[in-house]
Amino acid sequence: MTSASRSDRPADHVDNADAPGVAQPRLGPLGYLRFFWRQLTSMRTALFLLLLLALAAIPGSLVPQTTSDPNGVLQFQQTDPELYDVLDSFGLFSTFGTPWFSAIYLLLFISLVGCIIPRTKHHFDALRARPPKTPARLQKLVGFTSLPTTASADAVVATARTLLRSQGYRVETYGEASTGSASVSAERGYLRETGNLVFHAALVGMLLTVGVGGGFGYTGQRVLVQGEPFTNVRASYDSFSGGRFFQESALEPFSLRLDDFDADYAFDVTSGVWHPEDFTASLSTRLSGGDWEPVDLKVNAPVPIGGTDVYLLGNGYAPVITVRDPDGTAVFSGPVPFLQLDANLWSRGVVKVPDGLADQVGFSGFFYPDPVQLTDGTFRSFSPVDHGESLLTLFAYTGDLGLDEGIGVNAYALDPTDLTQIAGGDAGAPALELREGDVVELPEELGTIEYEGLRRYISVDIHHDATPVWALVFAVLILGGLLLSLFIPRRRVWVKVVGDRIEYAGLARGEDPTLAEAVAEFAQKHRDALDEKMDG
Amino acid sequence: MTETLAAYSLVAIYSAIAVYALAFIAFVLDLGKRTADAQAGEGTAGASRFQRVAFALTILGWIIHVASIVLRGIAAGHVPWSNMFEFACMGTALTIAVFLAVQLWRDVRFLGSFILGLVVLLLGLSAVNFYVPITPLPPALQSAWLVIHVFVATLATGFFAVGGGLSIAQLLQSRREAGGLQKLRFLRSFPASDKLEAIANRVIIVGFALWTFTLIAGAIWAERAWGRYWGWDTKEVWTFIVWVVFAGYIHARATRGWRGNPSAWLAIVGFAAVLFNFTVVNLFFSGWHAYSGLK
Repeated sequence: MTSASRSDRPADHVDNADAPGVAQPRLGPLGYLRFFWRQLTSMRTALFLLLLLALAAIPGSLVPQTTSDPNGVLQFQQTDPELYDVLDSFGLFSTFGTPWFSAIYLLLFISLVGCIIPRTKHHFDALRARPPKTPARLQKLVGFTSLPTTASADAVVATARTLLRSQGYRVETYGEASTGSASVSAERGYLRETGNLVFHAALVGMLLTVGVGGGFGYTGQRVLVQGEPFTNVRASYDSFSGGRFFQESALEPFSLRLDDFDADYAFDVTSGVWHPEDFTASLSTRLSGGDWEPVDLKVNAPVPIGGTDVYLLGNGYAPVITVRDPDGTAVFSGPVPFLQLDANLWSRGVVKVPDGLADQVGFSGFFYPDPVQLTDGTFRSFSPVDHGESLLTLFAYTGDLGLDEGIGVNAYALDPTDLTQIAGGDAGAPALELREGDVVELPEELGTIEYEGLRRYISVDIHHDATPVWALVFAVLILGGLLLSLFIPRRRVWVKVVGDRIEYAGLARGEDPTLAEAVAEFAQKHRDALDEKMDG
Repeated sequence: MTETLAAYSLVAIYSAIAVYALAFIAFVLDLGKRTADAQAGEGTAGASRFQRVAFALTILGWIIHVASIVLRGIAAGHVPWSNMFEFACMGTALTIAVFLAVQLWRDVRFLGSFILGLVVLLLGLSAVNFYVPITPLPPALQSAWLVIHVFVATLATGFFAVGGGLSIAQLLQSRREAGGLQKLRFLRSFPASDKLEAIANRVIIVGFALWTFTLIAGAIWAERAWGRYWGWDTKEVWTFIVWVVFAGYIHARATRGWRGNPSAWLAIVGFAAVLFNFTVVNLFFSGWHAYSGLK
């Protein structure tokens, strides 16, 4: 390869001939630094880090991740606490935020930056430089062709220049026609290197966008029960995670309310399955000081409110349940979201009544929107659609519900281990069964429970992130740069007059499988053009 | 109407498998003939009769295959790539399409037994194990990005499959050139290993560009559907791994000492990761991309 291509690429790039003289002088501290830097920015190190990055990502798919599957992590912890501790000590439940994973990609990016900065400078110079001098001997270059000619050197040079120009080459004439050594040196495909540099620089931009820009965003989840307004303050969220630089003042002041929820299903006769076809949540939104405004929320169609987006994730039923003491005073009343267990919205839920009755009482049970009783006496839901016949079946427990200790307790789960079961199972009293509108006496004369009515709920993801636009810009640059760098050939072509013959040859700079064909084709075209000129 | 069309579609799939299987047999016979020719000291001049038959059968099978996909799409009323069975039909059809298209550029018919073998295996296993009746498109998939993202991902898979096959041929050939594998005489009729490497590289970089687009399109869709463009979901992790492995492949091709066999191994590892992403990740890993349609 020519010396021009040596300076910009790492020493172990294939475009560089074997590195000269490996004999190393003794290295001082600065020498060691230079040595280390050269190692870090070498192709081999970049390749090694890339493969290491691929390997390091694998555990992130085998073990549930806190970011994408928090419930999976909790479940893992419960089913296998010992293995959990081992894996957790390596940070495997948040693989992509661990120091070792970060170390790999940061080293990779330092290596990348160290590689592209000198290349950018070199490319910038190359863009302004003339195509290099024609080599003295073309014989050993790609596609070497030598053809006799009767045309004058001037005509050969002029035609070659025009033709090469029209093919996008930059051209330069060397030598003098009179001395019989005229030649045209041409180079094209500068965009290949430009694209390559843009691609790598955009990767850095992407990393900064995600790493720094993403730190200002937040994401939170909330169950919205029909009719109950939500205000965008941190305490209103069921779960919330803010980025590294997030501050609570960044929460835009707005309110949301679920007015209605429509779900369309199609019944598949062959499989007996109800397939969802459409979910539409009718919301009202209000910016602070404004009026409520209606808007439809669908899957794949988030609702923007100011700089924040609201996404529809899930839905279900929330029976309105009221528990009264023996005197008829309500000690608990409100809609209780039941979490979906199967495609027919057979759902599970929990009611906790810590105060007001003779003992703390907890209920745990199932909701069937469209109940059918099986021969063994258990229920199933035939469809996800409520026809006013919906059914609640509840087990009841008394004892310490664990709500007084001040630690966070999952509102959707009831741990019965330390409780006394008073209805359902082996309790002696049957499970409570309530149709909409039913009131049922609690065992041990604790009071009554009423299933007053049914509401829908949706779970929404509320998300603020200013980076997607930038991420998209860099993604487009990445793709564009990649296409240029992979598919534009960078090549040099020379046309030389040697006595009464014309010589043609090319030189690939980077991957260029079609260079020989291109040189042959050019030689043919050039001859045709010359013939035409002489005839004309 | 829908069920009739779906039934025709399934019949067409099984017919395509049968035709492909015949094509596979003919391609294998062609390899046998090449071995015999090499033994007899004759060069293989042009395509053998077996190879011409095999190639014609491949085209016929592909036409039936595509017809089946079109029928399924018409029956479903949406693009026919929304569950595991349909992904498999599309993936194999596009693999054959890439194989046929590359043929227009370079003679790669020697790869026929590998490609057809792979397709018969994948399509057969999917038709038997993954078949699901047509279902309406769930709300999560009702997006124009389904058409683009999944199609381009599947097309990239086709390029990686052909690239993987060429890389395997390259490894075998280079071993033969080094004096080994003398019993695989048919390799003598294959292009030289550096030629194979050049074709493989061309095919793989097209796949890599498409895969990059898949990642970006997927991120845009995820942003729309889930509120984040990147969340390290299992499928996202494996898409990332595949991307990084092929980025490694491209770097290896530019690193002294890594051209030739080492980079070919990377191309094969990359294709293995693609297959893993499509099969094991879809079936056994939980995640947000849960669209296999299987219970």
